Amino acid sequence: MMRLVISRPNRFSMFWKELVRQMYDIGIGSLVIVALICIFIGAVTAIQFNYQLDGTLVPKYYIGYIVRDITLIEMAPTITCLVLAGKVGSNMASELGGMRQKEHIDAMDIMGVNTYNFLIGPKVLGGVLVIPMLVTVGGFISIIGGYLASVPTGMLSNEQYIQGLNSFFVPFNVTLMLIKAVVFSYILTSISCYQGYYVKGGSIELGKASTRAVVISDIAILVADYILALLLATK
Amino acid sequence: MIRALNIKKSFGNNLVLKGISSTFESGKCNLIIGRSGAGKTVLLKILVGLLLPDEGEIWFDEINALNLNKSDTRKLRSKMGMLFQGSALFDSMSVEENIRFPLDMFTTMTYKEKRARVDECLERVDLANKNKLYPSELSGGMQKRVGIARAIVLKPQYLFCDEPNSGLDPKTSIVIDQLIYSITRENNITTVINTHDMNSVMEIGDTINFIDGGNLAWHGIKEDVLDSDSEELQKFIFASPFLQKLKARAEK
Repeated sequence: MMRLVISRPNRFSMFWKELVRQMYDIGIGSLVIVALICIFIGAVTAIQFNYQLDGTLVPKYYIGYIVRDITLIEMAPTITCLVLAGKVGSNMASELGGMRQKEHIDAMDIMGVNTYNFLIGPKVLGGVLVIPMLVTVGGFISIIGGYLASVPTGMLSNEQYIQGLNSFFVPFNVTLMLIKAVVFSYILTSISCYQGYYVKGGSIELGKASTRAVVISDIAILVADYILALLLATK
Repeated sequence: MIRALNIKKSFGNNLVLKGISSTFESGKCNLIIGRSGAGKTVLLKILVGLLLPDEGEIWFDEINALNLNKSDTRKLRSKMGMLFQGSALFDSMSVEENIRFPLDMFTTMTYKEKRARVDECLERVDLANKNKLYPSELSGGMQKRVGIARAIVLKPQYLFCDEPNSGLDPKTSIVIDQLIYSITRENNITTVINTHDMNSVMEIGDTINFIDGGNLAWHGIKEDVLDSDSEELQKFIFASPFLQKLKARAEK
């Protein structure tokens, strides 16, 4: 299937138009939910590490450092993509499944349109381009969430949080975040498109395909997360 | 001209088509008729390439459709138009965008030329100035006509219609039938229509293929349908109690 998805489009202008639509839908359409989730992840991480470090000899500014690294390495790419599997993935599966049921895909096939390329290609490519951007934005927002939960409440001073953010910074963690985001976005878009494109039957099957898209994507993301951690984050 | 040779198709253990051979002629409305479940939709899907037969050959003039690579298959398909049972119009696109879609995809025409071609097609199906409406704003008959306009926009050599009259009242059915018939004649298209509407058979059926139990039970022209010696065809034609009464009265 993927060989046909990456084959030459029937017409680049149509592919481009569809790609822009998908990028807008995935990116702008998911910005609020990603921001909301990430701000709470950052806030909760800060509060819980403050709780765990209480009474220990570990300096308080470590909270900023922990929020930053846990966000970059794990929370921003993994949680964002798990959530996007639910939002974007189920949407893609439903859209394609609906088109299959209403014979839209058959109509395009008969016209001679490469439907793999035209319908699946922009979704996968759009996801792989936009989701890493969303994850990056999510990472920033998560760190801001940590700040809002710790500094205004008096848990930490502004200087302590900033010191934590500036401590022990490993630039590779940003690369690791982006690698994870690209891999996870490919997984969630391709699995969801596959489930939608090949749906058979009526509305119950469409619902099941949509659910399968989310469940399989989530499991695949977690397995990929483990493999990437073994490959890239072990010394 | 389209030729189907010894087409067999099964789904699991269910043999749906048991070796159908027929010729669909150019410039004519070639009808495939039969009861629900007889295999006519499967045959139509095999002709357009949405299903692959287990055995047999499909020839579009001198081209064997089953021996083509993906690129040549797409080229062949760009010569086909299809009207679907449910019209299959893209909901998120307006009437104009629906009809323009094949032009956007396969031609290098300018926007002005495309607009002109879309208007020409809409005029041909009596829907001039309906460009900006969306499929949800159209009646069933209008959706079918937009479907026909989209099917003919690339000037196809082969037109396939799956149950063009389903869900339409008799008067609108006649309009759709006449539209398909005249478009076929004007452009010398090979039209294949899958239907169980006897009005269509008697009005526009140049050649009739009666499918029964996965076999081609009868093949001929509409003038011979009523006098055919196929018992199954007679049962199919006079399936409605009203027609049975009329027949009985005529025989008296």
